[in-house]
Amino acid sequence: MTVVDFLRLDLPALLAAILACGLCGLLGSFLLLRRDSLLGDALSHAVLPGIIAGFAITGARAGLPMLLGALAAALAAVFVISLVRRVAKLEAGAATGAVFTSFFALGLMLIEATGARSVDLDLDCVLFGQLESLVWLEAQGFASLFDPAALASLPRQIFLLATVALVLAGLVALLWRPLHLLCFDPDYAAAIGLPARGLDLALNLMVAAAAVAAFEAVGSILVVAMLVCPAAAIRLLTDSYRAQVLGGAALGVALGALGYAMAGPVPAALGQEFALNAAGVIGTLGGLTVAVAMLLRQWRSAAPQSVLISG
Amino acid sequence: MTLGYNTLVVLLGCALLGLACGTVGAFALLRGRALTADAVGHAALPGVVLVAMLVASFGGNPRALPPLLVGALVAGVLGVLAVQALTLRRRIREDAAIAIVLSSCYALGVALLSYVQTMPQAAQAGLGKFILGQAAAMRAEDTLWAGGIAAFSVLICLALFQRLRAACFDPDYARVMGLSVARTDLMLLALIVIVAVAGLQAVGLVLVVALLILPAVTARLLTHRLPVLLLVSALLGALSGALGAAASAFEPEWPTGAAVVLAGAIFFALALLLAPERGVLPEAWRRTRRRIAATESHFLRAAWEAQEAAGAGPGTAGDRWTPIAALAAARGWSEGHASRLALWLGLRGLVARADGEIHLTPRGAAAARRAVRAHRAVEIHLLGLGATDIAGADRLADLVEHGLPAEMATRLLAEPSSLPASPHALGPKT
Repeated sequence: MTVVDFLRLDLPALLAAILACGLCGLLGSFLLLRRDSLLGDALSHAVLPGIIAGFAITGARAGLPMLLGALAAALAAVFVISLVRRVAKLEAGAATGAVFTSFFALGLMLIEATGARSVDLDLDCVLFGQLESLVWLEAQGFASLFDPAALASLPRQIFLLATVALVLAGLVALLWRPLHLLCFDPDYAAAIGLPARGLDLALNLMVAAAAVAAFEAVGSILVVAMLVCPAAAIRLLTDSYRAQVLGGAALGVALGALGYAMAGPVPAALGQEFALNAAGVIGTLGGLTVAVAMLLRQWRSAAPQSVLISG
Repeated sequence: MTLGYNTLVVLLGCALLGLACGTVGAFALLRGRALTADAVGHAALPGVVLVAMLVASFGGNPRALPPLLVGALVAGVLGVLAVQALTLRRRIREDAAIAIVLSSCYALGVALLSYVQTMPQAAQAGLGKFILGQAAAMRAEDTLWAGGIAAFSVLICLALFQRLRAACFDPDYARVMGLSVARTDLMLLALIVIVAVAGLQAVGLVLVVALLILPAVTARLLTHRLPVLLLVSALLGALSGALGAAASAFEPEWPTGAAVVLAGAIFFALALLLAPERGVLPEAWRRTRRRIAATESHFLRAAWEAQEAAGAGPGTAGDRWTPIAALAAARGWSEGHASRLALWLGLRGLVARADGEIHLTPRGAAAARRAVRAHRAVEIHLLGLGATDIAGADRLADLVEHGLPAEMATRLLAEPSSLPASPHALGPKT
């Protein structure tokens, strides 16, 4: 494999995987600590009808209408979930499950009804994630990395992801203290007058933005996996807020890079014929990471006991 | 397209699967396990793909349904066990555990599927239908299976009815009765896995959870009684299944699973809006009616008291003309608002209007007298309790007098049959 091949075929997908996984890993910790992990699941499914509607209304696979549609759908889902919880007096899980499946079903129906499928809105991308379809054909070599004209031809999903990641990382840094209080001591946060509902809404919006930005590039399932797996693995190993949030993001980035490498480039380098779906491999690694963290925790909690007994 | 034999088979199959899912879903919802089926459905994918690979590598037909369903069943059970294992230490809550299991299992399935596609035996044929469901592919024996599963789960639910009810509503009582809640939960989990896996071929693994949740939450909006809830949930499940299958029979392009779930979602939305007791619209209607009734009685009382303030004694008030302006001033309303209210009450036949004045009709006078009595009963009661702030008692009575039954007003008043004088001066609000 040459450098040009790497730049053309692997770099965009690798970048997308790293950005999406890091972004979801960063926000996942807050969801986990807020006991709201299913929100990622819900939002990443619920954006589908918005994306299709944005596509159908403008008739083009342009970025902005689809993004706006997705964001509108995500907000609508958050609103409907809270409405259903209030009116039907349902627990969060049941309300979430009832709403996001309905949204997703509506999206599947719209794909057929609007003829979006026959154009190039790929259902497989939604269901499986198609990182591999991101390519950078303008790349001629390392020099292209510093050539603005060539860089501009990177897939637009990368720019979107990078922008959203930057903005959200900035927001997390800005809201670092309030989010900390909201996650660990909501009563105290309310007592000192933090706008808990506003923060919650901000968190929901951030997750919606992340899900929308990552959805098209990596598929809904990877969004779900990366919103919960890195955060849960870290949660099993630490009580520190800083370690939790930063570790979640770092683990997301690592899983994205490692999973992408294991899906295609490594088997190829070993002379294998097959290439696996990268989103699938990354998500699987996420689950394995949680299992490993679980074992580590058991092993760690067993260790002091044996010291006690021997001492 | 006519309702041919094949369509009928598919329709019946989907209805039966919906029936089974609706029945089990009701208990799953009540026991707080609504989303377990989501984990089961997604976890089934790697099981199905692995079995298809195995069957194909042994030279069998990878499209044969029974082995695939067994694979799904085993994987579903493993998925549920994984959720249980993750939540054992309570460090990770159940919702997070479900999200972990469903996403990583589905991802594994996707990775395996991409590997299968590189295999020469075309083992992936027909696996896609498990993801979004393809009821159109159901054959007569599949329907027979669906019927068997529906009958089985309904029978088990009936046989375990007492057990499940005790576990859902009163775990302490269950324990006293010697019914282990843990064992009941295990049975419920087994039922959830069975109906979720059975529902895969109709609805697909992404949406099978909706087939368990939507009928159950719809039924819960409609009733509080468990037997009715079960019946409604089962019937709604069957109806959603049949409607969805019918829709995708007439429009073959429509994915069956989405159609079934949308049918269920429409029922849910309707119940959310219209359910007599808990629906949004009946609730809004009730609230509006209460507000209108409160305003009406304020108006009538103000009309009565304006006459008292103008010199009518307790016995003769209610039979004079009252300027709307005086009435508005007493309530602190704008004159326009008071005139609109007068118009409305005129339409209801409670007041007569002429030249900016109103006159209570006999019905209006009776209603006004009742409102005045209720208001003064509360006021006098509050003052009797030792309240010294008369204006405050007046305002508090404004809030609580509505809906005070006449007999309660009588009990609060010292002289039950008469109308006491107001404890405070009547006139414009300052």
